[in-house]
Amino acid sequence: MCTYSTEKLDLTRSSGKGPDGWFPLQTATVYYDHPVHAPDPHTVNIDFLNPERGAGARVAVELSLDAARELLAALQVTVERAAEH
Amino acid sequence: MQHDAVLAETIGIRGHGDDEIEAYTARPMDAAPRGGMIVIHHMPGYDAATKEITRRFATMGYHAICPNLYTREAPGAAPDDAAAAARAQGGVPDERFVGDAAGAARWLRSLPTSNGRVGAIGFCSGGRQAVLAGIALDVQAAIDCYGAFVVGAPPEGFPLQVSPLADRIPELRAPLLGLFGNEDSYPSPDQVDELEKLLQEHGKTYEFHRYDDAGHAFFAVDRPSYRPAAAVDGWQRIADFLARHLATREA
Repeated sequence: MCTYSTEKLDLTRSSGKGPDGWFPLQTATVYYDHPVHAPDPHTVNIDFLNPERGAGARVAVELSLDAARELLAALQVTVERAAEH
Repeated sequence: MQHDAVLAETIGIRGHGDDEIEAYTARPMDAAPRGGMIVIHHMPGYDAATKEITRRFATMGYHAICPNLYTREAPGAAPDDAAAAARAQGGVPDERFVGDAAGAARWLRSLPTSNGRVGAIGFCSGGRQAVLAGIALDVQAAIDCYGAFVVGAPPEGFPLQVSPLADRIPELRAPLLGLFGNEDSYPSPDQVDELEKLLQEHGKTYEFHRYDDAGHAFFAVDRPSYRPAAAVDGWQRIADFLARHLATREA
């Protein structure tokens, strides 16, 4: 299926490293759809973007559903720990 | 020996709003009159696989053109980056697609060997857009390969600019060929039934072929969704359909 489903969020005070080095991130899109490179038919895809710097200013990942769940748990733990600092 | 030279190249055409957009074309080099195909790329963009499909239509004897629907969001970008940029900006508005496809049809008809007949084929999101081309444009054939949301509403909170075309089916003016996988969810077999019912109710010329053991994107040779049996039969159906609707009419 082609889900089209997309979550979009604004990012502040964040950076990513793309083919031309580090750049400030403005938005991220998160969606479950066909990957370009990963071997599964559908993956959880995240694009970290800075539209002002062009379409190539992008850090992209395509995660298997299992990998995405692991990442979600790791983010949860990390964010909770950060609150204690 | 048959003269079968094909020229494939990137060109600029005038699309919606008279904007110049990028397009990939492939066309046979012999002087025979022939119809033309607009190839509508899938959501992952104007990529190598879609360009290969464009060349395939030229080897089948048609002029073919694939407009880069993401030219404006990401001029000159890699196809995957362009698709990501377009998605982040909400996808391609229908009005803009229609304008770009109209420009592609104009370009096809301007070729000295055009027979004046033009078809549109689309895959995935392009399948829906092929139906839209059959509604909004003067085309003589439309081919919908597993397009989602021709019928059936997108989920709540859906950020992309996609709306169902069910209420516009009465306006469909081109014969429609639909190719679908029975294991697809978007469109589901029920949604394909619903579309077929609408076509019947409104007396439209159509033919649908549905494949078992195939889901979405069964034509995509570079993806795990590829299903050779469905794809081989599907290409034969496409060839037959175009021979009937795009061929040069005898004088």
